[in-house]
Amino acid sequence: MEESEEWVSKAKFMKAKNIVRRMDEKQFRGVTRRELLKLTPVIAVGAFAIPAFQKGLLKKGLGFSDWASARMFRTGHLATTFDNADLTPPAKFPINGYDIDDPGVDLDTWTLNVTGAVQKPGPYKLSQVQALPRVRQNTRHVCVEGWDVIGRFGGARLSDFLQLIGADMTSKYITVNCADDYYESLDWETAMHPQTLLCYEMYEQPLSREHGAPLRLQIPTKVGYKQAKYLTDLKVTNVLDRVGYWEDQGYSWFYGL
Amino acid sequence: MSATIEITRNPEQDKDDAAPIVTGRAVYEHPYMVRLCHWINTVALFVMVGSGLQIFRAFPSFGAKIPQKDLLHWPKAFAIGGWLGGALQWHLTFMWIYMGTGVLYLGYQIFSGNYRQVLFTRRDVPGVWPMVNHYFFFGPMPPAREAYNPLQKQAYTTAILLGVLSVLTGLVVWKPIQFSWLAWMMGGFHYARIWHFAVMWAILFFVLGHLVMVILHGWNNFLSMLTGWKKDPDYE
Repeated sequence: MEESEEWVSKAKFMKAKNIVRRMDEKQFRGVTRRELLKLTPVIAVGAFAIPAFQKGLLKKGLGFSDWASARMFRTGHLATTFDNADLTPPAKFPINGYDIDDPGVDLDTWTLNVTGAVQKPGPYKLSQVQALPRVRQNTRHVCVEGWDVIGRFGGARLSDFLQLIGADMTSKYITVNCADDYYESLDWETAMHPQTLLCYEMYEQPLSREHGAPLRLQIPTKVGYKQAKYLTDLKVTNVLDRVGYWEDQGYSWFYGL
Repeated sequence: MSATIEITRNPEQDKDDAAPIVTGRAVYEHPYMVRLCHWINTVALFVMVGSGLQIFRAFPSFGAKIPQKDLLHWPKAFAIGGWLGGALQWHLTFMWIYMGTGVLYLGYQIFSGNYRQVLFTRRDVPGVWPMVNHYFFFGPMPPAREAYNPLQKQAYTTAILLGVLSVLTGLVVWKPIQFSWLAWMMGGFHYARIWHFAVMWAILFFVLGHLVMVILHGWNNFLSMLTGWKKDPDYE
């Protein structure tokens, strides 16, 4: 049997690390029992199996993921944009409402009601949003379920709108309410991200009712459920009185992509 | 068999010097860190796979959403979390445990030098076929030379790489924009999701083989992953 040099060097390594010691069976049992007991930290993971602790621990875990997500979010880093050839056809862009596809918004009298830490609160018309510089972007829309599509979205930068309303730029959050009673909230960094839009058109057409007419959030750096449709109220705040509809069911709050 | 044994051990493991008598043999095969990481990882992997399959149930396809063609309907009984939101809580919690264990394990192996026990290198290549021949075609058992035979090293090294890949593909599914360069390497978010799924099955395939071998090699071998010590090893 020929032994390779590699094996000889390995054998030398193992010998250098180990010493020979002698003990009887009883002592051997003692040593192995001690080694086994040293594995008890593994049992700590079993706390997740105890019903009384489970919910709290998972909430902590999800909270930690959200905390880490906020640290990982790079404010100047843009989501990939795509060519028109890569777009998902409008007919194949899914409509995902949590309740109804058309909450019956009266588009003629609709206003966005602005409250909170702003200099100019009150109702804003769609024309005021549309008077801001229009951004059109082809970005990927990712659903928490796992599917993704590439859509063409148009609207005003939320950051421009926050300037318009004189928002306190040291605020921590914005919250929105919707005509279908949906509600959501955003961290300030995401609200100020250059690709975060108050979206009023898709595929260069006015937003359809199913997609949230007349105004929705479009946030390429967030998962789908953060991008609320049928906006009716927007609040600038430092305190979240409500987080979000799906968050209240147990989803992540930050869920940044 | 003699009632007494001779023991080869790592001096750092235990400082107490008990009185000696001789004859049988035992070897300290698995350092504490390796065993600790192995068992935490066993739990973490179980939760990650179970919750991952529940997440997959929310959209069991890798094609378009419209029209949706389901790949398979994974039974809810073999999934963790109950619904998508619950499964995400498990997945996004245990991924830290899974990654933490991985980092601890790799760090220990590299800095202790113990990686030599498990790392499959070019020198191990000639030894793979005799082992395959032995296990699958009833060839002669090649003489054992160290704790892990070449085929074992290949399997473990592959499993470790799959673990790293599961984390990297998972990071892209979770944050395709923050890890845009990684996403680009994997062909974008859509493909990263496919890779993540494929890596899971590769890991499960390893686990299946691993469990079969554990059963075949018996109690003494199994105990060594709990206590570190193997009595009467079949190598010098």
